[in-house]
This record gives sequence, structure tokens and C-alpha cells, in this order.
Amino acid sequence: MTTASRPFTRQRIPTGRLLLYAITTALLVFLVAPILVVFPLSLSSGELLVLPTPGYSWRWYTDFFTSNRWLLATYNSFVVGILTTLIATSLGTLASIGLYLGRFRGKAFVLALLSLPMVTPVIVTAIALYFSLSAVGLGSTLTGLVLAHTVLSVPYVLLTVLASLQAFDPNLLRAAASLGANPLRSFYRVVLPLITPAVATGALFAFATSFDELIVALFIASPEQFTLPRQMYAGIREFLSPTIAAAAVLIILLSVVLLMINETIRKRAARHSLTPTDRTP
Amino acid sequence: MMTRRNLLAAALIAPLLLLVLVSFIVPLGATLYRAVEDAEVPSILPQTTALLKQWDGKDLPSEQVYHTLIHELREAQEQQKAGPVLNRLNFEETGLRSLLLQGLRASQQFNGSTKQHLIALNPRWADPHVWDLIKRSTGPWTPLYFLRSVDLKLGPGGVVVPTADEEAVFIKLFIRTFEISVVVTLICAVLAYPIAYTLSILPQVWTNIGIMLVLIPFWTSILVRTTAWFIILQREGPINALLVSLKLVDQPVTMIFTRFAVYLAMVHVLLPFAILPLYSVMRGIKPDYMRAAASLGAPGWRRFLRIYLPLSMPGVAAGALMVFMLSVGFYITPALVGGSGDQMISYFIAFFTNTSVNWGIAAALAALLMGMTGILVAIAWLLVPGFRSGGVRV
Repeated sequence: MTTASRPFTRQRIPTGRLLLYAITTALLVFLVAPILVVFPLSLSSGELLVLPTPGYSWRWYTDFFTSNRWLLATYNSFVVGILTTLIATSLGTLASIGLYLGRFRGKAFVLALLSLPMVTPVIVTAIALYFSLSAVGLGSTLTGLVLAHTVLSVPYVLLTVLASLQAFDPNLLRAAASLGANPLRSFYRVVLPLITPAVATGALFAFATSFDELIVALFIASPEQFTLPRQMYAGIREFLSPTIAAAAVLIILLSVVLLMINETIRKRAARHSLTPTDRTP
Repeated sequence: MMTRRNLLAAALIAPLLLLVLVSFIVPLGATLYRAVEDAEVPSILPQTTALLKQWDGKDLPSEQVYHTLIHELREAQEQQKAGPVLNRLNFEETGLRSLLLQGLRASQQFNGSTKQHLIALNPRWADPHVWDLIKRSTGPWTPLYFLRSVDLKLGPGGVVVPTADEEAVFIKLFIRTFEISVVVTLICAVLAYPIAYTLSILPQVWTNIGIMLVLIPFWTSILVRTTAWFIILQREGPINALLVSLKLVDQPVTMIFTRFAVYLAMVHVLLPFAILPLYSVMRGIKPDYMRAAASLGAPGWRRFLRIYLPLSMPGVAAGALMVFMLSVGFYITPALVGGSGDQMISYFIAFFTNTSVNWGIAAALAALLMGMTGILVAIAWLLVPGFRSGGVRV
């Protein structure tokens, strides 16, 4: 950006601008600091969560990786997260294509129905699933948890893929047809490559949603189904050991990895984009 | 052609629609139905229910009704099924449980008229209002839970009256939820503005770094961030250690389990939701308008108030609505860092589902919370352009 694009503060005295930068820096520190504070705490050699730490050690990470409860929780989180991602992404992508192709009345209603879990307060979803899953014998099962997480994360897949389909230029399909491609072939060769970034983003959201989800797990998971957030919550409630800080650091690192993957997908999609978004101002 | 296309569309949508219907819409409907359903008394005391349906409500019921009630209750108690009925009746009016239990205990020695024995045992049995209350619980539907969730109840003669002060907790709860959400939303909007503005004018390299610093907390789970605050705000935590070592305070300050902690942690969790939409709106504001205003001689503050602020308002509105919508349903953060006086509606929905089991009131509160959120979604849908396409994560 050039100086010409920020005329609003151009003629202001620099102190105003400095103040603005100072406020912004302080607020960004406020946003990141609590997350950073967990890192030294997790490396403490002491039993208490205090700063400065008496010394540094890996003991709490050793504790995490040798504790059956934390390992089970990690395993459960990945199993539920991966299954949720697979189901939500496949069904969500198919439904988005259906919603894109369909020309029927009530389409908006179907979309609203499918997105409802996103705007419903999670506690309401949680008690609804608590009652119904126990009623059909799926309470305290990983299957129940996968179903719940799938419903919670499907709207993200749906809306991301649908947005990318709506930006899709139908002329490309006509071009493919005029070159002799049948509809199935043109779907695989033309549509799918163009919506792949959106599908990948949707899958990432689905995994993150499931991996972070606590409230539903609070209601429908017994200790054998505890996920990482659920195990962390139990830990905070029982005894605040630095193992919780170690678990928090591991979850933060995974979130940062997911964020980086998402940014990479976005940048690559922007570079290879053939969609009309390039044409919008 | 149209039909074939729609058939294909239907086939593609059907699997997901089926999944969402079966594992979300139906459970949600069934749960909200609990707010008006009145099944305990009719299912466990069917004969009493049938007899009371015929009772005119004026004079005391006949001996047969008294006898059937006590008989059915005793049978239920022997099968350990009396609990829900007693809870239901006691929720209709506190004291009914002990009245019934007293009658049940004494009934072992009854010989002759149950009615006369009960009236001799406790004069309340001679009050038609007691029977009115029992009859009101015979279903199939009841307004009780919705009335209670706004601190009202049915008095004698079916008139809606306010509940007694010690039971009137729900209006206060709604006000508290609303108050916390409004304060958090205002703080987020005010703090998001300078950040989003600075990010929108900085050179690209700095903007990218700044956006990353907003996205990292955004992608970090709410529980992890709340846990961080839980640790930081402890009496022996890092903030108190800092304050004491700088000699700003003599004694560690109590911060955890206070309203202050709830505000701090909630603002931290929700601030990125206010920054991101505002930033994308501000990036779209053309500098030409500001230049035009400057060339017409408008001073800086005036250009800001008359041009920039109105142009950025859609971003403020989008962010504020998102923050407000999310805070109204907050559960984990207040539960971890707040005190007993800082808990919001969600906490009580969980409480009435798990701890003090009263599924009717939990469902009524859930329905009201959904209604509140629904209104906010509708406002956002109508007022905020781009809300429909935007998810929670950017």
C-alpha cells in the first residue's frame, strides 16, 4: 500500500498515529500473551503453575505421554475428529453440489435447516443430543460423539463449498460440453478441481470444530470416551497440574498447524483461481 | 431435463438431510417439546388422572379419588417410580411433596375412609386448591415451565401471578445474561475498531503479521484460552506475582471467580470475531471519499465522524452481532472463571439437565435461549450484508 491510500491520517500529527499503533500493539499483545504464557508454565520443573518457574524440564510432557488418561483422550480426539471430518466433508460436499444444481422451491429452507446447528446455542444442541442419544442407546459411545460432531461441523463444509460453487462460472461447463465431455467427466475434470480448496477448507473447519468441541462431550462422553478438551476440563476441575498446561501447548501447536494449512490453501486458491472473484473490485 | 436435474440434486442432498433430520432436528424438537409436555402424572397415576378429568373442581373430590391417588402413589413408590411424580407436583407448588409423603406414610394405618383420614391428618386435604394443583398436572400439556422461566405461575383459579420472591430467579438470570453480553459486545466493538483500522492501513507485511496475531487466538480452542486465563488469574498466578513484585499491591488480589474475570476472558475469546469482519469492511473503504472530504476542507475529526465511521458501521454491526450472539450462549468460560453470581442461561440449562433434574424447565430455558438467538440471527440476516455467506471461522 502506498501513502496515498491512507489519507485519513496523512495530515495528522504523528503522535495520533503513534498512539494508534501503541493501542493496536497493546491489544495484539493482549490477544496473544495468554496463549504464550502457557508455554513456559508447561515447561516448569515445579509442581505449581507459577511464574517465574523454578526451573525448566520436560517432566509434564513425559507425564502427558505416559498417562493412560491423556493418551486415551488424544486417541479419542483423533478418532472422532477424523471420522467427523470424513463424514461431514463427503456428505456436506455432495449436499452443496445438490443445492447448487437444484432448481426447486424450498431450497433456501433446506439450506437453513442444514445450517441450523451452526446458529443453535451449543448447550441446546448438547442437551438435545444427550436426551436422544441415551434414548437410542448411543449415549456414552464414540459413535454418538461422531454423530454429534458431524452435525455441528457440517454447516461449515456446506457454506464454504457452496460459496465456492456460487462463484463458479457455468460457462466452463458449457465449454467442457462443447468439447465433448459428458456431465460426469466435466464434473470430475472441471468442477471438482475448482472447488477442491473449498472442500479442503471445509474439512479443516470440520476437524477443528470436532477437535475443540467440549460442551457436547460434557454431556455424552463417559471417561472411556473422553476427548482432549473433556479430559482437560476434568483436569481443571480436579487438580490443576502443569500437565494441563502441556496439553494446552500441544493443542495450541495443532491449532497453529491447522491455521497454517488453511492459509496455504487460501493463498494457493487465490493464485490459481479461475472464479469470478477475480473480477470483483 | 429440469426434473432429471432436480432428481440428481435431491439424491445428493438426501443423505445429509437425513442425517441432520435424524440426529439434530428430531432430537431438538423432542427436547423443546419437553417444555410443554406433562407426562409424569398421567403415565404413573393413570386412574387418578382419569378420575380428576371428571372432577368439576368446585367441591372436594369423592372418597374414590382420594383412595385411588394414595393407592396408585403407593404402588409407584414400591416400584421406585414415585420420584418424578412427586418432583412434578412439588414444582407446581412447593410443599406438595411433603404433603403427599406424609399421607403415604400414614396410609399404612388407614382403615375406612381415606378421605377422612387424610383430612384429619392434614387440613390441607380439605382444600380444593390442592386438588386443583394435582389436576393441573394431569397433562397432556402444561404452561408451567414457560411461565416459571419468566418468574410467573398459575395461582388459584388459573390466574397468572408472579412467583414468590425466593423462587423468582429467572428474570434476574436473563437480565444478567443480557448484561454480560452487552458489556462484552461493547468492549469488543470499541477494542476491535483501532486494531482493524490499523491493520487496514499498515503496509502489507505488517498487516499479514497483525492478522496472524488475530487468527492464532481465533483458531485456538475456547477451552484452551479460558484455561490460560484460569491459570493466569489464580491467587498465586503470574499476574498477582507481577503485581506483588512491583509492589503495586501488598496482598494478592482475588481475580478468579469474579465478574471481572468473566469479562476479561470473554472479551479475549470473542475479540477476533469482532476484528475480522470489521477489518474486511475497512479494507473495502475507498480512500477517495476521505480525500474528497479533505479537499473540501473538512478537518480530520469531521471526516472521521461523517465519512469513515458511517462507512465502517456495517463491519461494526456484523462483528457486534456475531459477538453478542455467541456471548448469549456462553457456558464454559463463565463456568470456569466466574463465581456463582456470574453464571449465564446456558449454565442453568446444564444445571437443570444434570444436577437438579428438572427437564421441563431446562427445555423451557433452552427454547427461550434459542428464541433470543433466532431473533439475533434474523436481525443479522436482514441488516448485515454478507452474513449469509459468512461462517464463524474466516
